[in-house]
Amino acid sequence: MVERRSWFTLAAHLTLILGVAAICFPLYVAFVASTHPLPVLLQGRLPLMPGDQAVANYSAVLSAGVGTAGMPPASVMLMNSLVMALGICIGKIAISIVAAYAIVYFRFPLRMTCFWLIFITLMLPVEVRIQPTYQVVADLHLLDSYAGLVIPLIASATATFLFRQFFLTVPGELAEAARIDGAGPLRFLWHILLPLSRNSIAALFVIQFIYGWNQYLWPLMVTTKQSYYTVVMSISRMVNAVDVAPSWNLIMATAMLAMIPPVIVVLAMQRWFVKGLVETEK
Amino acid sequence: MPSRSVFPGRLLPYLLLAPQLAVTLIFFIWPAAQALKQSVFVEDAFGLSSRFVGFANFARLLDDPNYLHSIGVTAVFSAAVAALGLGLSLLLAVMADHVIRGAGAYKTLLIWPYAVAPAVAAALWGFLFDPSIGEIAQALRFLGIRWNYFADGNQALLLVVIAACWNQISYNFIFFLAGLQSVPRSLIEASALDGAGPGRRFWSIVFPLLSPTGFFLLTVNVVYAFFGTFGIIDVLTKGGPAMATDILVYKVYTDGFRAADPGSAGAQSVILMAIVIALTVVQFRWIERRVHY
Repeated sequence: MVERRSWFTLAAHLTLILGVAAICFPLYVAFVASTHPLPVLLQGRLPLMPGDQAVANYSAVLSAGVGTAGMPPASVMLMNSLVMALGICIGKIAISIVAAYAIVYFRFPLRMTCFWLIFITLMLPVEVRIQPTYQVVADLHLLDSYAGLVIPLIASATATFLFRQFFLTVPGELAEAARIDGAGPLRFLWHILLPLSRNSIAALFVIQFIYGWNQYLWPLMVTTKQSYYTVVMSISRMVNAVDVAPSWNLIMATAMLAMIPPVIVVLAMQRWFVKGLVETEK
Repeated sequence: MPSRSVFPGRLLPYLLLAPQLAVTLIFFIWPAAQALKQSVFVEDAFGLSSRFVGFANFARLLDDPNYLHSIGVTAVFSAAVAALGLGLSLLLAVMADHVIRGAGAYKTLLIWPYAVAPAVAAALWGFLFDPSIGEIAQALRFLGIRWNYFADGNQALLLVVIAACWNQISYNFIFFLAGLQSVPRSLIEASALDGAGPGRRFWSIVFPLLSPTGFFLLTVNVVYAFFGTFGIIDVLTKGGPAMATDILVYKVYTDGFRAADPGSAGAQSVILMAIVIALTVVQFRWIERRVHY
């Protein structure tokens, strides 16, 4: 038996409480700041407790936006973020499943070439090749459109790789049995493989939703019309607003709004998220 | 790949691959090729014509003191993010692995920052450290430290390191905790029976078994510090003051768009791609080693 020393358990709890406090402190301060009027914050003594301006601040941000920084209402930006995140997430999962299916279940010329071609995209984040990629999107007239926000970012191989790994663990006899029973390849994919992949799909959904929602540089580049702004990219413009002091209470309200959806997704799907994260990287 | 029963079909596999391949070719292979091409050409002042210059852009870049400075900043920044982030998350993971009561609650409260965008994390920390009204800035002033990250390069670098670590700690924590939980209990029990205390058990048994996870996380953190922190830099410092936080990925953006020097930006892109590819190869080595366990 391993002994348990009470002083060590106590120290562990203390360390964890300190860690949790340090991790959660910025969130609490942001929340408190988002519930006070701006003059209270500018005095430089932030109250410990939330103020009474929560409704006023959040409804101002949601319906009118931070006008001085040239921002559209946050409700519009949240909608755009949602469209972008879901578009990237669903698009990635869909094209990756069929691509991985083709690679694992078929033999055809150039099969491994295709696999490697997809696989090298794992390596290069969009930030590295930002300028030529922007040029391509501009040439295709995709600036200021949802297609421009979504399609270039679904070119990633993480999901394909994960599904390939998963399909390789599915017993080959299943496909054989399906074939003997007269099921074609698409029927096998739809009725047998997809239901088996539910866990992988859920795990990828969490990770890719967060990836899509948190995109910053790409929406900053491809949108010039306010009606396509996403909530994450708007943060920078508000913090660095020219000529006016930043309205920190409204910025923090927007930041809270920008955090809530992905944090809820992570917490609600914690089990799949942790599993997915650890398994994608294997 | 193991042998498995395969469906017949000539056209179908290509159709299934087509969407993925199209997106990859148009938005990845083509732009990467463009960056390669840019890196060996020089445009004239009006952008009307360009001529082939071979490796001149690279030579110019490596002669540029600003670029060398940027390499140095990136090295310090990524080393600090990796060391601080890995150290703290390992500590928290070991503690979370030890406690029984409340373990689930601690875990939940520690993993949510993963969901926060780097740019939003930057706004949170920028507010806390705002020189005139930030809570922490005022506490520092109370302690006699003049805090103004808009003017002091070291303070600016410290701030972006803190924001980046905060953002990345939950990822490291999840992996360390998973690694700790896969250490065989029998090994720990055997060493306890042999009289090893908790410290000895950690350093002699747990830590070596965790080293593959640690090494993997090291490369992930370096990649994150190199490329994932763009939003943090852009919101907080824009590479300043006096280029104190001008990391490579921020410089390629400013040179490509603001300074409109496609030759230099192309060369910088190519160098960054080489760095990512090198780091990925290192990571794959790790995976291969792990398979032999």
